[in-house]
Amino acid sequence: MATNVQDIITKYNKDKTRLMDVLIDVQSEHGYIPKDITKEIARELDISHVDVEQTMSFYHFFSETPTGKYAIFLNDSAVANMMGRQKVKETFERETGIKFGNVTPDGAIGLFDTSCIGMNDQEPAALINGRVFTNLTPFRVKEILRDIKDGKAVEEMYSAAFGDGENRNELIKSVVQNNIRKKGPILSEDYTPGIVIWKKLPEMTPEQVIDEVKKSNIRGRGGAGFPTGLKWEFCRKAAGEKKYIFCNADEGEPGTFKDRVILTERPKLLFEGMVIAGYAVGATEGIVYVRHEYTYLKNYLENLLQGARDRNLLGKNIGGIEGFDFDIRLQFGAGAYVCGEESALIESSEGKRGEPRDRPPFPVEKGYLGMPTVVNNVETLCSVVKVLLNGGEWYAKFGTKDSSGTKLMSISGDCKYPGVYEVEWGFSVKDILEMAGADEDRVQAVQVGGPSGSLIGPDEFSRTLCFADLATGGSLIIIDNSRDLLTDIVLNFTEFFVEESCGSCSTCRNIPNMMKLKLEKILDARGIAQDITDLEEWGKVLKVSRCGLGQTAGNPILTSIKNFRHLYEEKIQKDKDYDTEFDMAAAVKASCEAAGRIPNLN
Amino acid sequence: MSKPIVATTSLAGCFGCHMSILDIDEKILDLIELVEFNKSPIDDIKTFTKKCDIGLIEGGCCNSENIHVLKDFRKNCKILVSVGECAIMGGLPALRNGIPIKECLDEAYINGPSVQHNPKGIIPNDDELPMLLDRVYPCHEIVKIDYYLPGCPPRAELIWNALVALVTGDELKLPYEVVKFD
Ligand SMILES: Cc1cc2nc3c(=O)[nH]c(=O)nc-3n(C[C@H](O)[C@H](O)[C@H](O)COP(=O)(O)O)c2cc1C
Ligand code: SF4
Ligand code: SF4
Repeated sequence: MATNVQDIITKYNKDKTRLMDVLIDVQSEHGYIPKDITKEIARELDISHVDVEQTMSFYHFFSETPTGKYAIFLNDSAVANMMGRQKVKETFERETGIKFGNVTPDGAIGLFDTSCIGMNDQEPAALINGRVFTNLTPFRVKEILRDIKDGKAVEEMYSAAFGDGENRNELIKSVVQNNIRKKGPILSEDYTPGIVIWKKLPEMTPEQVIDEVKKSNIRGRGGAGFPTGLKWEFCRKAAGEKKYIFCNADEGEPGTFKDRVILTERPKLLFEGMVIAGYAVGATEGIVYVRHEYTYLKNYLENLLQGARDRNLLGKNIGGIEGFDFDIRLQFGAGAYVCGEESALIESSEGKRGEPRDRPPFPVEKGYLGMPTVVNNVETLCSVVKVLLNGGEWYAKFGTKDSSGTKLMSISGDCKYPGVYEVEWGFSVKDILEMAGADEDRVQAVQVGGPSGSLIGPDEFSRTLCFADLATGGSLIIIDNSRDLLTDIVLNFTEFFVEESCGSCSTCRNIPNMMKLKLEKILDARGIAQDITDLEEWGKVLKVSRCGLGQTAGNPILTSIKNFRHLYEEKIQKDKDYDTEFDMAAAVKASCEAAGRIPNLN
Repeated sequence: MSKPIVATTSLAGCFGCHMSILDIDEKILDLIELVEFNKSPIDDIKTFTKKCDIGLIEGGCCNSENIHVLKDFRKNCKILVSVGECAIMGGLPALRNGIPIKECLDEAYINGPSVQHNPKGIIPNDDELPMLLDRVYPCHEIVKIDYYLPGCPPRAELIWNALVALVTGDELKLPYEVVKFD
């Protein structure tokens, strides 16, 4: 074992900022990271053992104990549950004889829950040793377990044909489907990789590139909607001996999976976008931070990066531009939604816990390794290529006045055609429902923008998707009237935030959990009117949290109270304005037993 | 109009909150002008002799007696105010909440370094003693609490202003410094 670890550490030049990569490799090679190895890593990287442990303990996919020869992580998102996860879970448990969170006594199989893995359009889905299995049914689970018993390698366990498009690529070979339902400038096949680098960049100064991006009015697609041209300009003007371009491919918001499709079908577009960004801000290195769940794309993406180097689209004097050097590497995460927050993403890439930083300073001033850094979403960087190819004014014609261009929507839930839709900004929710083949008479709610967004009802379906009205990072979950909104959706989303809080802020560490308990109390018919107002008041306090995770963690409950108040009101006890849950007999039992006295309950 | 009647008590608290009430210095003379005290350690009236308007509660509930007293206050006071961190959140006594009660008792009476002589390993069990609760409860989990005054203890001025506001019906001013502590 020890020699392997040495090899891994040497591969990353004993660089402590690459601790994530070291841990990822050890975890994938050994199935867990025992203490003697973390000690060895600490020694070799010349950091304290606690430093290694605190990074390790932060991420969901690192484990100090064995996770089984076959580690099965079953997605626990709301949509997975809507699509029949419970039966799949029960089958796994029945057939293996263990509960989730455990490993079989022979060490063969480990069963674990995991937050949304970006497959909402083909749920229930699971990761088995890093490979994706979609559309699971109890029958399929039995097949998989039989293959495991036969000792098959995970790669050989696919029974269905591989997915569409590049999912069949020799280097991917996955059953994942793209489910592309509507194409626009980004998903269009009409694209010659490298065309902007060869034809446009040599004729433009970095300032001109930034001007063109500004003219397009494009705003970030990661959720916050910051104007991209401005971000690049800030970074260009910031002082620093080295600058970095980060692509945020963490895509952790449950219900979002459009970046997965771009990484599969248009990765060259993304890489070209990063090169353009690098040219514009004067950066020399690009890093794509890819969520752990998409590790199945690793070899494919790395091969493409090598191809780009071979064609001088990466490396030195790119596109024949003297002195323009830029290269890209992949940085994988290890399971933490908060790492999608740009400063947490940077921390994680430096080998640390993914805890958001205080801002300011913003990453454009002090980012990766303290240097000016641009962090952009996958889709933002792709759009920029088309902006430069056709001009900012051309791009600005798409969409609405304040939201230019197109947006990739990840549509899932109760509809006939879940998948990715590239639409212009300005479509209404109603339009989308129609496109996705949802039975509008049966739709009771739509979750716009994932758990951090809002839950809206039919009277708001005519609202439009754009920054001025319903801003969204691109996820829409359709929920029909067969679902129990509060249990199936709101409780699941609230549990998600409880699970994913990084724990730095006392607000975000505690309040979502308190809200969850209150919601359970209401669902259990033990609630009173005050509980609803408490939830509203506590939700407000969350706004002082350091990052967007805590600030939005109350949204599932707050927006459902706002738009579906009756669901809460019909569950509370009408005749009580106060309800103590205190039970004297239960409360004194243990101390009386310890003292050997009979409780006096009068 | 007769003066509003105030009762106060200290449950699982340190009496610091009561000290803070006394910290209003010479305003105590105004206080007696403003209100009449009933059951309270301040005048040493042990049981309610009439219905009160305002009950000020210091401390959370750590034992059965605290529960009885608190319920008694709820019955006899129109308005109940949780005064201070202990009443609102359990405070310092609630530090034991993460430890099973048996372990706490063992540490206090049997195994702890300060136990000098307890050869029979007895944990006090006389029927006269209040029974310890499994954890320290904030007051609002036991009865309905109408208002909360934060602080450990809340500043004298805050308690004074709150009392005046309750009695006069004027709005209570809560400047930032009064509720922000770090
Ligand atoms: C908890 C949290 C998770 C986030 N996850 C993502 C993500 O997965 N992908 C993303 O592009 N942006 C995510 N963001 C937004 C980023 O912080 C950042 O705004 C974005 O990557 C900037 O890129 P853009 O300007 O191109 O949108 C997240 C923010 C928060 C607070
Ligand atoms: S808001 Fe939550 S996730 Fe964000 S920094 Fe604070 S504790 Fe961490
Ligand atoms: S809040 Fe502070 S001052 Fe008041 S009883 Fe508790 S410990 Fe004492």
